[in-house]
Amino acid sequence: MELREVDQVLKEYGYEESAILPILQDIQDRDRYLAKEVCEHIAEKLSIPVTRVYRLATFYRAFSLTPRGRHLVSCCMGTACHVRGAPRVLDKLEMDLSIEPGGTTKDLMFSLESVNCLGACATGPLVVIDGHYYGHMSSIKIDSVLKEYKKPPKGEKDEGKTKKSGKSRKTEAKASKRKGPQ
Amino acid sequence: MTGCHGFCERGPLLVINPQKLFYQKVQVEDVPEVLSETIEKGNVIDRLLYVNPVTGEKIVHEDEVPFYKLQERIIFGKNGSIDPTSIEDYIAIGGYKALVKALFNMSPEEIIESVKRSGLRGRGGGGFPTGLKWESCRKAPGEPRYVICNADEGDPGAYMDRSLLEGNPHSVLEGMLIGAYAIGSNQGHVFVRKEYPLAVQNLRIALQQAEEYGLLGEGILGTGFDFSVRINRGGGAFVCGESSALMASLEGQPGEPRPKHIHTVISGLHDKPTNLNNVETWANVPVIIDKGDQWYAQLGTEGSKGTKIFSLVGKVNNTGLVEVPMGITLREIVYDIGGGIPGGKKFKAVQTGGPSGGCIPESLLDIPVDFDRLTEVGSMMGSGGMIVMDEGNCMVDVAKYFINFLRDESCGKCTSCREGTQRMYEILNDITEGKGKRGDVELLEELGWVVAEASLCALGGTAPNPVLSTIQYFRDEYEAHIEEKQCPAGVCKALIQYTIDSELCTACGRCRKACPSDAISGAKKVPHKIDQEKCVKCGMCVESCKFDAVKVQ
Repeated sequence: MELREVDQVLKEYGYEESAILPILQDIQDRDRYLAKEVCEHIAEKLSIPVTRVYRLATFYRAFSLTPRGRHLVSCCMGTACHVRGAPRVLDKLEMDLSIEPGGTTKDLMFSLESVNCLGACATGPLVVIDGHYYGHMSSIKIDSVLKEYKKPPKGEKDEGKTKKSGKSRKTEAKASKRKGPQ
Repeated sequence: MTGCHGFCERGPLLVINPQKLFYQKVQVEDVPEVLSETIEKGNVIDRLLYVNPVTGEKIVHEDEVPFYKLQERIIFGKNGSIDPTSIEDYIAIGGYKALVKALFNMSPEEIIESVKRSGLRGRGGGGFPTGLKWESCRKAPGEPRYVICNADEGDPGAYMDRSLLEGNPHSVLEGMLIGAYAIGSNQGHVFVRKEYPLAVQNLRIALQQAEEYGLLGEGILGTGFDFSVRINRGGGAFVCGESSALMASLEGQPGEPRPKHIHTVISGLHDKPTNLNNVETWANVPVIIDKGDQWYAQLGTEGSKGTKIFSLVGKVNNTGLVEVPMGITLREIVYDIGGGIPGGKKFKAVQTGGPSGGCIPESLLDIPVDFDRLTEVGSMMGSGGMIVMDEGNCMVDVAKYFINFLRDESCGKCTSCREGTQRMYEILNDITEGKGKRGDVELLEELGWVVAEASLCALGGTAPNPVLSTIQYFRDEYEAHIEEKQCPAGVCKALIQYTIDSELCTACGRCRKACPSDAISGAKKVPHKIDQEKCVKCGMCVESCKFDAVKVQ
């Protein structure tokens, strides 16, 4: 994010020091990480020590200080998913992507994270990729889901949302059983 | 389009009113037929009906499904009849009636008395009497006063707050308005987990609509009462569900709890009197005011009134959200509503109360579910997660899972919690890896006592519960791991072996292809074998086998 865009966010919150969390959240949402210059700039504009920015950025799990991959793979490790075999799904993801939770692949395509509960417990084990819910996962099923995201992007479309093979469309239809209106 | 109906296992669900026709597992391809057959001609499509697994009969109407029949859905039931993004829908089912009654017919003191008489206790886990909390906050000196809705639903396995906020945000808002009026507050906050974007979105719409209707803002409904609400998103820290940590987070600080010898109702957000309640607690308030505290207090047990929404998940047939009167037995929830354990497996335990709770064994399934009884048996109500476990779950692994969670989420302020949970994790990890020693169980019990006694907030104070309750009820499993180096449930990787039963193996080759470490050998018509040296125990072979030929020992 350009520093003048950061200024825009700061302005929206009236340069209010107590609004620092939502400010950092907005920037994290857009950039998928908090760059060093951005942290320093925020500290300067809010007249607070940069250590305070880093203290928050490292305390809260929502923030990353390193660039995140193009696709964010969140593997739910909530209790309901755990008892239904989520650890095996996470193991498979780690093996497939050759990264540990919290890591990003070298080509910046994937970031993997384990999440404590995504609140769709009835469909566990659950994996969420870029906001798409894949329920009733297993170490076998996750393969075909991940494959769709590994394909090179076609044109302007996000490959996660483009046409899927029959198999994975079925998986996603199952996944869409998550509660609440979409 | 409505919010969650609760029967998640059978979704996507379709209910056709006014007949209350109940279709389950509806797919996109079914829609044209539903329109042409059911809507136009009034015919019921057999294939989409729910089949009672016990009797085998097909069930046509929503209220006849056993899953719903035994529930008392006074809070959650409204989700199914309204569009969460329409304030008109909410008003049409009697929404904001309680607010009108409170503002025009009741004084703040009368409201507080009514909530006290109703016996409502906090649904977020603590179980503190809501009316008393409101009274203390109203009487506390200092202005302004704040009310907060805690929607930082962090307990893994619990998602009722999410469904309420997504499916009926106005009911939560109405509760907050009544509370704010009673307490004398003009500013509210809703603190929502970052994992719940739809809850934020629907709540934002609700706030905007309420403002347009004069139900929020200045001079609400022409009275002198002003109230506005801000939404704050969480930063992904479990400890922020604790009230003082949540308030620190709202102030832009790291979410660390503080000592509470001065309660947050006296000195909370920005050191002002602050009343914090959980989403479900707020949603109960309009019902109490509308139907009266006497009506409400009829539901439930002596010390726990009303209903509670539980998320019934894990190894149970009918997973979903269930709302039941307090005092119902665990057996009724697991077997009558939940339909028992899938695959004919044997029930082992039900875990309640999230990481602060404990595991309840089969011998205690007939206890009534209320705040006090659950605490007595070493668990707790918590926010309402209910995770069912069967014989395939290892209780030492479950204890390790929770301690690992808490070790990770401990904010690190208190040494006892930060180091104690770490040490407990290491011991449990050793036990699951076959490195457990005699005396480890006793050491865990001692450490657990120290962590609970010496930590500041409820996270540390209840952290040992999952370990202590599993030791209490499943000590034999710990001993099997330590003495015999065996995991009876076949979960702990270091203590198990995968083998292929050559009688059952059809040599289809699926496992061989699935194995990531090339540990499986075999050919066409030759039963397969697993090379134990190469095996990484990922379990892919078990999942790929269609003939149950892969055995765990």
